[in-house]
Amino acid sequence: MINKQSTHTPIEVGDGAAIPHKDDSGLFTAWRIAFFGAIILCLFLAFGRSEQYLAIFKFVPDGILVTFKVTIGAILLSIVFGLIAGLGRISSNRLINGTASLYVEVIRGIPLLVQLFYIYYALGRFIRIPDILSAIIAMAFCYGAYMAEIFRAGIQSIPKGQIEAALSLGMSRRQAMQQVILPQAFKVVLPPIGNEFIALLKDSSLVSILAVADLLRRGREYASETFNYFETYTVIALIYLIMTLFFSKLISLMEEKLNDGH
Amino acid sequence: MTATSRPMIEVTGVSKFFGSFQALKDISFTVTDGEKVVIIGPSGSGKSTILRSINCLESIDRGKIIVDGMDVSDPTTDICKVREEVGMVFQSFNLFPHKTVLENLTLAQTVVRKRSKSEAEDIAMELLHKVNITEKASAYPAKLSGGQQQRVAIARSLAMNPKAILFDEPTSALDPEMIGEVLDVMKTLALEGMTMVVVTHEMGFAREVADRVIFMDHGSIVEEGTPEHFFTAPNHERAKLFLSQIL
Repeated sequence: MINKQSTHTPIEVGDGAAIPHKDDSGLFTAWRIAFFGAIILCLFLAFGRSEQYLAIFKFVPDGILVTFKVTIGAILLSIVFGLIAGLGRISSNRLINGTASLYVEVIRGIPLLVQLFYIYYALGRFIRIPDILSAIIAMAFCYGAYMAEIFRAGIQSIPKGQIEAALSLGMSRRQAMQQVILPQAFKVVLPPIGNEFIALLKDSSLVSILAVADLLRRGREYASETFNYFETYTVIALIYLIMTLFFSKLISLMEEKLNDGH
Repeated sequence: MTATSRPMIEVTGVSKFFGSFQALKDISFTVTDGEKVVIIGPSGSGKSTILRSINCLESIDRGKIIVDGMDVSDPTTDICKVREEVGMVFQSFNLFPHKTVLENLTLAQTVVRKRSKSEAEDIAMELLHKVNITEKASAYPAKLSGGQQQRVAIARSLAMNPKAILFDEPTSALDPEMIGEVLDVMKTLALEGMTMVVVTHEMGFAREVADRVIFMDHGSIVEEGTPEHFFTAPNHERAKLFLSQIL
Protein backbone atom coordinates (compact mmCIF):
# COMPACT_ATOMS: atom_id res chain seq x y z
CA MET A 1 0.00 0.00 0.00
CA ILE A 2 2.68 2.48 0.99
CA ASN A 3 4.64 3.94 -1.86
CA LYS A 4 8.14 2.65 -1.24
CA GLN A 5 9.74 5.19 -3.50
CA SER A 6 8.74 8.24 -1.54
CA THR A 7 11.27 9.21 1.07
CA HIS A 8 8.64 9.93 3.69
CA THR A 9 5.16 8.64 4.23
CA PRO A 10 2.54 11.38 4.35
CA ILE A 11 0.79 11.69 7.66
CA GLU A 12 -2.86 12.47 8.06
CA VAL A 13 -3.93 14.90 10.73
CA GLY A 14 -7.66 15.43 10.85
CA ASP A 15 -9.09 18.38 12.68
CA GLY A 16 -11.80 16.24 14.21
CA ALA A 17 -11.55 13.86 17.10
CA ALA A 18 -9.61 10.72 16.37
CA ILE A 19 -12.12 8.01 15.62
CA PRO A 20 -11.12 4.96 17.62
CA HIS A 21 -10.50 1.82 15.65
CA LYS A 22 -11.38 -1.58 17.01
CA ASP A 23 -7.85 -2.91 16.63
CA ASP A 24 -6.30 0.12 18.22
CA SER A 25 -6.40 -0.95 21.84
CA GLY A 26 -4.39 2.04 23.09
CA LEU A 27 -6.84 4.51 21.66
CA PHE A 28 -9.75 2.43 22.79
CA THR A 29 -8.55 2.54 26.36
CA ALA A 30 -7.99 6.26 26.13
CA TRP A 31 -11.52 6.64 24.83
CA ARG A 32 -12.91 4.59 27.71
CA ILE A 33 -11.05 6.50 30.38
CA ALA A 34 -12.06 9.84 28.92
CA PHE A 35 -15.69 8.94 28.27
CA PHE A 36 -16.56 7.12 31.47
CA GLY A 37 -14.27 9.39 33.48
CA ALA A 38 -16.19 12.41 32.20
CA ILE A 39 -19.56 10.82 33.01
CA ILE A 40 -18.49 9.81 36.51
CA LEU A 41 -17.06 13.27 37.11
CA CYS A 42 -20.34 14.82 35.98
CA LEU A 43 -22.35 12.62 38.33
CA PHE A 44 -19.95 13.32 41.15
CA LEU A 45 -20.20 17.06 40.61
CA ALA A 46 -23.97 17.07 40.19
CA PHE A 47 -24.76 15.02 43.26
CA GLY A 48 -21.71 15.83 45.36
CA ARG A 49 -21.16 18.35 48.09
CA SER A 50 -22.22 21.61 46.55
CA GLU A 51 -25.55 22.50 44.96
CA GLN A 52 -23.84 24.86 42.51
CA TYR A 53 -23.05 22.25 39.91
CA LEU A 54 -26.53 20.76 39.91
CA ALA A 55 -27.91 24.23 39.20
CA ILE A 56 -25.63 24.52 36.18
CA PHE A 57 -26.69 21.12 34.89
CA LYS A 58 -30.30 22.24 35.18
CA PHE A 59 -29.63 25.51 33.37
CA VAL A 60 -27.85 24.32 30.21
CA PRO A 61 -29.89 21.47 28.61
CA ASP A 62 -31.80 23.71 26.19
CA GLY A 63 -28.37 24.92 25.05
CA ILE A 64 -27.41 21.33 24.27
CA LEU A 65 -30.53 21.06 22.15
CA VAL A 66 -29.58 24.19 20.20
CA THR A 67 -26.04 22.89 19.73
CA PHE A 68 -27.48 19.71 18.26
CA LYS A 69 -29.83 21.62 16.02
CA VAL A 70 -27.01 23.76 14.68
CA THR A 71 -24.66 20.81 14.24
CA ILE A 72 -27.11 18.49 12.53
CA GLY A 73 -28.63 21.21 10.39
CA ALA A 74 -25.20 22.42 9.34
CA ILE A 75 -23.80 18.99 8.60
CA LEU A 76 -26.77 18.06 6.40
CA LEU A 77 -26.67 21.35 4.55
CA SER A 78 -22.88 21.20 4.20
CA ILE A 79 -23.19 17.77 2.61
CA VAL A 80 -25.48 19.32 0.02
CA PHE A 81 -23.09 22.24 -0.58
CA GLY A 82 -20.12 19.88 -0.54
CA LEU A 83 -21.63 17.45 -3.03
CA ILE A 84 -22.50 20.23 -5.45
CA ALA A 85 -19.09 21.90 -5.12
CA GLY A 86 -17.29 18.54 -5.18
CA LEU A 87 -19.01 17.59 -8.43
CA GLY A 88 -18.16 21.06 -9.69
CA ARG A 89 -14.50 20.47 -8.86
CA ILE A 90 -14.35 17.46 -11.16
CA SER A 91 -16.49 19.00 -13.89
CA SER A 92 -14.81 19.50 -17.25
CA ASN A 93 -16.85 22.69 -17.70
CA ARG A 94 -14.36 25.49 -17.04
CA LEU A 95 -16.89 27.90 -15.57
CA ILE A 96 -18.40 25.38 -13.16
CA ASN A 97 -14.99 24.01 -12.23
CA GLY A 98 -13.60 27.52 -11.72
CA THR A 99 -16.52 28.62 -9.55
CA ALA A 100 -16.34 25.52 -7.37
CA SER A 101 -12.58 25.79 -7.00
CA LEU A 102 -12.83 29.47 -6.12
CA TYR A 103 -15.43 28.68 -3.44
CA VAL A 104 -13.19 26.04 -1.92
CA GLU A 105 -10.05 28.19 -2.00
CA VAL A 106 -11.69 31.32 -0.63
CA ILE A 107 -13.55 29.58 2.17
CA ARG A 108 -10.54 27.57 3.27
CA GLY A 109 -8.44 30.70 3.41
CA ILE A 110 -10.63 32.65 5.84
CA PRO A 111 -10.95 31.81 9.55
CA LEU A 112 -14.25 30.21 10.42
CA LEU A 113 -15.09 32.83 13.03
CA VAL A 114 -14.60 35.67 10.54
CA GLN A 115 -16.80 33.88 8.01
CA LEU A 116 -19.46 33.30 10.61
CA PHE A 117 -19.65 37.01 11.40
CA TYR A 118 -19.54 37.89 7.74
CA ILE A 119 -22.25 35.54 6.50
CA TYR A 120 -24.42 36.06 9.56
CA TYR A 121 -24.45 39.83 9.22
CA ALA A 122 -24.56 39.73 5.43
CA LEU A 123 -27.61 37.50 5.57
CA GLY A 124 -29.15 39.65 8.28
CA ARG A 125 -28.76 42.71 6.13
CA PHE A 126 -30.76 41.43 3.18
CA ILE A 127 -33.22 38.91 4.49
CA ARG A 128 -35.03 38.37 7.76
CA ILE A 129 -34.46 34.82 8.89
CA PRO A 130 -34.21 33.38 12.40
CA ASP A 131 -30.80 33.66 14.05
CA ILE A 132 -30.38 29.93 14.36
CA LEU A 133 -31.08 29.43 10.66
CA SER A 134 -28.51 31.98 9.57
CA ALA A 135 -26.00 30.40 11.95
CA ILE A 136 -26.69 27.02 10.35
CA ILE A 137 -26.33 28.42 6.86
CA ALA A 138 -23.08 30.16 7.76
CA MET A 139 -21.58 27.03 9.31
CA ALA A 140 -22.74 24.87 6.40
CA PHE A 141 -21.29 27.29 3.87
CA CYS A 142 -17.88 27.06 5.54
CA TYR A 143 -17.93 23.33 6.06
CA GLY A 144 -19.25 22.77 2.55
CA ALA A 145 -15.83 23.75 1.21
CA TYR A 146 -14.14 21.04 3.22
CA MET A 147 -16.89 18.58 2.33
CA ALA A 148 -16.34 19.42 -1.35
CA GLU A 149 -12.76 18.21 -1.11
CA ILE A 150 -13.91 15.04 0.63
CA PHE A 151 -16.46 14.32 -2.08
CA ARG A 152 -13.99 15.14 -4.85
CA ALA A 153 -11.42 12.75 -3.40
CA GLY A 154 -14.07 10.10 -2.78
CA ILE A 155 -15.38 10.23 -6.34
CA GLN A 156 -11.88 10.21 -7.79
CA SER A 157 -10.97 7.17 -5.71
CA ILE A 158 -13.43 5.03 -7.70
CA PRO A 159 -11.56 3.21 -10.50
CA LYS A 160 -11.99 4.67 -13.98
CA GLY A 161 -13.23 1.31 -15.27
CA GLN A 162 -16.45 1.79 -13.33
CA ILE A 163 -17.53 4.90 -15.21
CA GLU A 164 -16.37 3.35 -18.48
CA ALA A 165 -18.45 0.24 -17.85
CA ALA A 166 -21.50 2.34 -17.01
CA LEU A 167 -21.06 4.57 -20.07
CA SER A 168 -20.50 1.65 -22.40
CA LEU A 169 -23.86 0.25 -21.26
CA GLY A 170 -25.45 3.37 -22.67
CA MET A 171 -25.88 5.30 -19.44
CA SER A 172 -25.52 9.07 -19.51
CA ARG A 173 -22.80 10.66 -17.35
CA ARG A 174 -25.48 11.70 -14.89
CA GLN A 175 -26.94 8.21 -14.65
CA ALA A 176 -23.48 6.68 -14.28
CA MET A 177 -22.72 9.14 -11.48
CA GLN A 178 -26.00 8.47 -9.66
CA GLN A 179 -26.18 4.72 -10.11
CA VAL A 180 -22.58 3.62 -10.10
CA ILE A 181 -20.06 6.19 -8.85
CA LEU A 182 -21.80 8.01 -5.99
CA PRO A 183 -23.08 4.88 -4.19
CA GLN A 184 -19.51 3.58 -4.13
CA ALA A 185 -18.01 6.95 -3.26
CA PHE A 186 -20.45 7.31 -0.37
CA LYS A 187 -18.82 4.40 1.41
CA VAL A 188 -15.41 5.98 0.97
CA VAL A 189 -16.43 9.41 2.22
CA LEU A 190 -18.37 8.28 5.26
CA PRO A 191 -15.38 8.14 7.66
CA PRO A 192 -14.06 11.61 6.75
CA ILE A 193 -17.62 12.98 6.92
CA GLY A 194 -17.83 11.49 10.41
CA ASN A 195 -14.68 13.39 11.31
CA GLU A 196 -16.17 16.58 9.93
CA PHE A 197 -19.27 16.00 12.01
CA ILE A 198 -17.22 15.84 15.21
CA ALA A 199 -15.24 18.90 14.19
CA LEU A 200 -18.47 20.73 13.39
CA LEU A 201 -19.96 19.76 16.74
CA LYS A 202 -17.05 21.46 18.44
CA ASP A 203 -16.91 24.42 16.09
CA SER A 204 -20.63 25.00 16.62
CA SER A 205 -19.60 26.60 19.91
CA LEU A 206 -18.48 29.57 17.79
CA VAL A 207 -22.11 30.46 17.10
CA SER A 208 -22.40 31.45 20.74
CA ILE A 209 -20.74 34.70 19.64
CA LEU A 210 -23.82 35.36 17.53
CA ALA A 211 -27.23 35.62 19.11
CA VAL A 212 -27.71 31.85 19.24
CA ALA A 213 -28.32 30.31 22.66
CA ASP A 214 -26.22 27.17 22.23
CA LEU A 215 -24.50 25.23 25.00
CA LEU A 216 -21.58 27.61 25.39
CA ARG A 217 -23.82 30.67 25.24
CA ARG A 218 -26.07 29.27 27.96
CA GLY A 219 -22.99 28.65 30.04
CA ARG A 220 -21.87 32.24 29.57
CA GLU A 221 -25.30 33.49 30.53
CA TYR A 222 -25.27 31.43 33.69
CA ALA A 223 -21.72 32.38 34.59
CA SER A 224 -22.29 36.08 34.16
CA GLU A 225 -25.28 35.90 36.48
CA THR A 226 -23.68 33.84 39.20
CA PHE A 227 -19.98 34.65 38.68
CA ASN A 228 -19.27 30.90 38.99
CA TYR A 229 -17.02 30.96 35.93
CA PHE A 230 -14.79 28.05 36.86
CA GLU A 231 -17.64 25.71 37.78
CA THR A 232 -19.70 26.62 34.73
CA TYR A 233 -16.95 26.13 32.19
CA THR A 234 -15.93 22.87 33.83
CA VAL A 235 -19.43 21.57 33.23
CA ILE A 236 -19.58 22.95 29.68
CA ALA A 237 -16.26 21.33 28.78
CA LEU A 238 -17.36 18.01 30.23
CA ILE A 239 -20.61 18.03 28.29
CA TYR A 240 -18.81 18.79 25.02
CA LEU A 241 -16.31 16.05 25.79
CA ILE A 242 -19.01 13.46 26.45
CA MET A 243 -20.84 14.43 23.25
CA THR A 244 -17.80 14.26 20.98
CA LEU A 245 -16.57 11.00 22.48
CA PHE A 246 -20.02 9.49 22.20
CA PHE A 247 -20.37 10.43 18.54
CA SER A 248 -16.86 9.39 17.57
CA LYS A 249 -17.60 5.96 19.03
CA LEU A 250 -20.90 5.81 17.22
CA ILE A 251 -19.24 6.71 13.93
CA SER A 252 -16.53 4.09 14.35
CA LEU A 253 -19.20 1.47 15.02
CA MET A 254 -21.08 2.54 11.92
CA GLU A 255 -17.88 2.29 9.92
CA GLU A 256 -17.20 -1.22 11.17
CA LYS A 257 -20.70 -2.26 10.26
CA LEU A 258 -20.27 -0.82 6.78
CA ASN A 259 -17.02 -2.73 6.30
CA ASP A 260 -18.57 -5.97 7.50
CA GLY A 261 -21.19 -5.76 4.77
CA HIS A 262 -20.31 -7.48 1.51
CA MET B 1 -22.74 -18.81 -42.09
CA THR B 2 -23.86 -16.18 -44.50
CA ALA B 3 -22.84 -12.82 -43.17
CA THR B 4 -24.73 -10.02 -44.81
CA SER B 5 -22.56 -7.33 -46.30
CA ARG B 6 -24.25 -4.51 -44.39
CA PRO B 7 -21.45 -2.60 -42.62
CA MET B 8 -21.85 -2.45 -38.83
CA ILE B 9 -18.65 -0.59 -37.96
CA GLU B 10 -16.80 1.57 -40.46
CA VAL B 11 -13.47 3.03 -39.45
CA THR B 12 -12.00 5.46 -41.95
CA GLY B 13 -8.62 7.17 -41.73
CA VAL B 14 -8.54 7.38 -37.95
CA SER B 15 -5.58 8.99 -36.20
CA LYS B 16 -5.13 9.68 -32.52
CA PHE B 17 -2.47 11.46 -30.55
CA PHE B 18 -1.55 11.25 -26.89
CA GLY B 19 0.34 14.53 -26.67
CA SER B 20 2.99 14.25 -29.38
CA PHE B 21 2.81 10.44 -29.48
CA GLN B 22 0.72 9.12 -32.33
CA ALA B 23 -1.21 6.13 -31.01
CA LEU B 24 -3.21 5.50 -34.18
CA LYS B 25 -1.98 6.20 -37.70
CA ASP B 26 -4.60 6.42 -40.41
CA ILE B 27 -6.52 3.28 -39.44
CA SER B 28 -9.27 2.05 -41.75
CA PHE B 29 -11.32 -1.13 -41.63
CA THR B 30 -14.91 -2.26 -41.86
CA VAL B 31 -16.76 -4.84 -39.82
CA THR B 32 -19.91 -6.13 -41.47
CA ASP B 33 -23.01 -7.36 -39.69
CA GLY B 34 -22.35 -10.76 -38.10
CA GLU B 35 -18.63 -10.67 -38.77
CA LYS B 36 -16.03 -11.66 -36.16
CA VAL B 37 -12.85 -9.63 -36.35
CA VAL B 38 -9.87 -10.33 -34.12
CA ILE B 39 -7.28 -7.60 -33.63
CA ILE B 40 -3.88 -8.79 -32.53
CA GLY B 41 -0.50 -7.19 -32.10
CA PRO B 42 2.17 -6.41 -29.54
CA SER B 43 1.34 -4.22 -26.54
CA GLY B 44 1.35 -0.53 -27.32
CA SER B 45 0.34 -1.19 -30.92
CA GLY B 46 -2.90 0.76 -30.52
CA LYS B 47 -5.32 -2.19 -30.69
CA SER B 48 -7.13 -1.34 -27.44
CA THR B 49 -7.18 2.34 -28.38
CA ILE B 50 -8.97 1.73 -31.67
CA LEU B 51 -11.41 -0.62 -29.96
CA ARG B 52 -12.17 1.98 -27.28
CA SER B 53 -12.65 4.72 -29.84
CA ILE B 54 -15.39 2.71 -31.54
CA ASN B 55 -17.72 3.41 -28.62
CA CYS B 56 -16.11 6.75 -27.91
CA LEU B 57 -14.32 5.91 -24.67
CA GLU B 58 -11.38 7.47 -26.50
CA SER B 59 -11.79 10.52 -28.70
CA ILE B 60 -10.11 10.57 -32.07
CA ASP B 61 -8.21 13.45 -33.65
CA ARG B 62 -8.72 12.66 -37.33
CA GLY B 63 -10.91 10.39 -39.39
CA LYS B 64 -14.38 8.99 -39.06
CA ILE B 65 -16.04 6.10 -37.25
CA ILE B 66 -19.55 5.08 -38.18
CA VAL B 67 -21.38 2.54 -36.06
CA ASP B 68 -24.70 1.19 -37.30
CA GLY B 69 -25.18 4.30 -39.39
CA MET B 70 -24.36 6.71 -36.55
CA ASP B 71 -21.29 8.92 -36.85
CA VAL B 72 -19.37 8.51 -33.57
CA SER B 73 -16.91 11.27 -34.44
CA ASP B 74 -19.69 13.82 -34.97
CA PRO B 75 -20.17 15.80 -31.75
CA THR B 76 -23.91 16.16 -32.41
CA THR B 77 -24.42 12.39 -32.32
CA ASP B 78 -26.00 11.13 -29.12
CA ILE B 79 -23.13 8.95 -28.00
CA CYS B 80 -25.33 7.11 -25.49
CA LYS B 81 -27.39 5.77 -28.39
CA VAL B 82 -24.25 4.35 -30.01
CA ARG B 83 -23.16 2.77 -26.75
CA GLU B 84 -26.59 1.20 -26.26
CA GLU B 85 -26.08 -0.70 -29.49
CA VAL B 86 -22.46 -1.67 -28.94
CA GLY B 87 -21.57 -3.74 -25.89
CA MET B 88 -18.12 -3.69 -24.34
CA VAL B 89 -16.28 -6.28 -22.29
CA PHE B 90 -13.19 -5.10 -20.42
CA GLN B 91 -9.97 -6.78 -19.39
CA SER B 92 -10.67 -5.95 -15.74
CA PHE B 93 -14.38 -6.98 -15.91
CA ASN B 94 -15.52 -3.72 -14.26
CA LEU B 95 -18.56 -5.23 -12.61
CA PHE B 96 -20.29 -2.86 -10.20
CA PRO B 97 -19.06 -4.04 -6.77
CA HIS B 98 -21.97 -2.50 -4.83
CA LYS B 99 -24.57 -4.43 -6.82
CA THR B 100 -25.33 -8.12 -6.91
CA VAL B 101 -24.74 -10.13 -10.05
CA LEU B 102 -28.42 -9.88 -10.92
CA GLU B 103 -28.48 -6.12 -10.28
CA ASN B 104 -25.39 -5.72 -12.45
CA LEU B 105 -27.44 -7.16 -15.29
CA THR B 106 -30.66 -5.28 -14.61
CA LEU B 107 -29.27 -1.79 -13.90
CA ALA B 108 -28.75 -0.55 -17.45
CA GLN B 109 -31.84 -2.41 -18.67
CA THR B 110 -34.08 -0.46 -16.30
CA VAL B 111 -32.21 2.86 -16.42
CA VAL B 112 -31.40 3.00 -20.13
CA ARG B 113 -33.81 0.63 -21.86
CA LYS B 114 -36.62 1.53 -19.42
CA ARG B 115 -37.66 -2.08 -18.94
CA SER B 116 -39.70 -3.02 -15.92
CA LYS B 117 -37.86 -4.63 -13.02
CA SER B 118 -39.47 -8.03 -13.54
CA GLU B 119 -38.87 -8.01 -17.28
CA ALA B 120 -35.23 -7.04 -16.73
CA GLU B 121 -34.82 -9.79 -14.14
CA ASP B 122 -36.29 -12.40 -16.47
CA ILE B 123 -33.87 -11.39 -19.20
CA ALA B 124 -31.02 -11.32 -16.70
CA MET B 125 -31.73 -14.82 -15.40
CA GLU B 126 -31.97 -16.14 -18.92
CA LEU B 127 -28.57 -14.68 -19.73
CA LEU B 128 -27.02 -15.93 -16.50
CA HIS B 129 -28.28 -19.34 -17.50
CA LYS B 130 -26.64 -18.89 -20.86
CA VAL B 131 -23.25 -18.07 -19.32
CA ASN B 132 -23.86 -20.88 -16.84
CA ILE B 133 -23.77 -18.93 -13.61
CA THR B 134 -27.36 -18.74 -12.33
CA GLU B 135 -26.38 -19.94 -8.85
CA LYS B 136 -24.47 -16.71 -8.23
CA ALA B 137 -27.32 -14.35 -9.13
CA SER B 138 -27.66 -12.90 -5.64
CA ALA B 139 -23.92 -12.87 -4.85
CA TYR B 140 -21.75 -9.76 -4.97
CA PRO B 141 -19.00 -9.70 -7.63
CA ALA B 142 -16.23 -9.87 -5.00
CA LYS B 143 -17.36 -13.41 -4.18
CA LEU B 144 -16.84 -14.60 -7.77
CA SER B 145 -13.72 -15.92 -9.47
CA GLY B 146 -12.23 -13.95 -12.32
CA GLY B 147 -13.69 -16.27 -14.92
CA GLN B 148 -17.13 -16.02 -13.34
CA GLN B 149 -16.88 -12.24 -13.18
CA GLN B 150 -15.97 -12.02 -16.84
CA ARG B 151 -18.87 -14.28 -17.81
CA VAL B 152 -21.21 -12.03 -15.81
CA ALA B 153 -19.69 -9.02 -17.57
CA ILE B 154 -20.46 -10.61 -20.93
CA ALA B 155 -24.02 -11.34 -19.81
CA ARG B 156 -24.36 -7.76 -18.58
CA SER B 157 -23.39 -6.47 -21.96
CA LEU B 158 -25.76 -8.92 -23.71
CA ALA B 159 -28.65 -7.75 -21.55
CA MET B 160 -28.77 -4.56 -23.60
CA ASN B 161 -29.34 -6.60 -26.80
CA PRO B 162 -26.36 -5.00 -28.52
CA LYS B 163 -25.86 -5.30 -32.25
CA ALA B 164 -22.14 -5.78 -31.74
CA ILE B 165 -19.80 -6.45 -28.83
CA LEU B 166 -16.26 -5.18 -28.38
CA PHE B 167 -13.93 -7.36 -26.30
CA ASP B 168 -10.85 -5.64 -24.91
CA GLU B 169 -8.43 -8.42 -23.94
CA PRO B 170 -11.19 -10.30 -22.10
CA THR B 171 -8.97 -13.12 -20.86
CA SER B 172 -5.72 -11.26 -20.12
CA ALA B 173 -6.47 -10.76 -16.43
CA LEU B 174 -7.56 -14.36 -15.87
CA ASP B 175 -5.78 -17.32 -14.35
CA PRO B 176 -4.98 -19.85 -17.10
CA GLU B 177 -7.54 -22.40 -15.93
CA MET B 178 -10.35 -19.85 -16.23
CA ILE B 179 -9.59 -18.68 -19.74
CA GLY B 180 -11.39 -21.63 -21.32
CA GLU B 181 -14.77 -20.97 -19.71
CA VAL B 182 -14.78 -17.37 -20.95
CA LEU B 183 -13.66 -18.31 -24.45
CA ASP B 184 -16.41 -20.93 -24.57
CA VAL B 185 -19.03 -18.28 -23.92
CA MET B 186 -17.51 -16.09 -26.62
CA LYS B 187 -17.50 -18.99 -29.08
CA THR B 188 -21.19 -19.60 -28.38
CA LEU B 189 -21.90 -15.95 -29.15
CA ALA B 190 -19.92 -16.19 -32.34
CA LEU B 191 -21.92 -19.23 -33.43
CA GLU B 192 -25.14 -17.33 -32.80
CA GLY B 193 -24.01 -14.72 -35.28
CA MET B 194 -23.10 -11.85 -32.97
CA THR B 195 -20.93 -9.17 -34.55
CA MET B 196 -17.71 -9.19 -32.55
CA VAL B 197 -14.49 -7.23 -32.49
CA VAL B 198 -12.00 -8.92 -30.20
CA VAL B 199 -8.62 -7.69 -29.05
CA THR B 200 -6.84 -10.74 -27.69
CA HIS B 201 -3.64 -12.69 -27.34
CA GLU B 202 -5.52 -16.00 -27.61
CA MET B 203 -4.29 -17.19 -30.99
CA GLY B 204 -6.26 -20.44 -30.79
CA PHE B 205 -9.47 -18.44 -30.41
CA ALA B 206 -8.52 -16.15 -33.30
CA ARG B 207 -7.84 -19.12 -35.51
CA GLU B 208 -11.05 -20.88 -34.64
CA VAL B 209 -13.55 -18.05 -34.51
CA ALA B 210 -12.31 -15.11 -36.55
CA ASP B 211 -13.58 -14.35 -40.01
CA ARG B 212 -10.74 -11.91 -40.32
CA VAL B 213 -7.57 -11.08 -38.40
CA ILE B 214 -6.15 -7.58 -38.19
CA PHE B 215 -2.53 -7.31 -37.12
CA MET B 216 -1.45 -3.95 -35.73
CA ASP B 217 1.95 -2.56 -34.85
CA HIS B 218 3.01 0.96 -33.84
CA GLY B 219 -0.45 2.36 -34.41
CA SER B 220 -0.88 1.04 -37.94
CA ILE B 221 -2.61 -1.94 -39.50
CA VAL B 222 0.26 -4.01 -40.84
CA GLU B 223 -1.68 -6.95 -42.17
CA GLU B 224 -5.27 -7.99 -42.58
CA GLY B 225 -6.69 -11.29 -43.79
CA THR B 226 -8.30 -14.62 -43.06
CA PRO B 227 -6.92 -16.52 -40.08
CA GLU B 228 -5.70 -19.37 -42.30
CA HIS B 229 -3.66 -16.98 -44.37
CA PHE B 230 -2.40 -14.93 -41.46
CA PHE B 231 -1.31 -17.81 -39.27
CA THR B 232 0.23 -19.95 -42.00
CA ALA B 233 1.71 -17.47 -44.46
CA PRO B 234 1.77 -13.86 -43.26
CA ASN B 235 3.08 -11.39 -45.80
CA HIS B 236 4.97 -9.04 -43.51
CA GLU B 237 8.17 -9.63 -41.61
CA ARG B 238 6.78 -7.92 -38.53
CA ALA B 239 3.81 -10.29 -38.43
CA LYS B 240 6.09 -13.30 -38.95
CA LEU B 241 8.31 -12.16 -36.07
CA PHE B 242 5.29 -11.61 -33.81
CA LEU B 243 3.86 -15.02 -34.58
CA SER B 244 7.19 -16.76 -34.03
CA GLN B 245 7.40 -15.13 -30.60
CA ILE B 246 3.88 -15.85 -29.52
CA LEU B 247 3.16 -19.30 -30.94
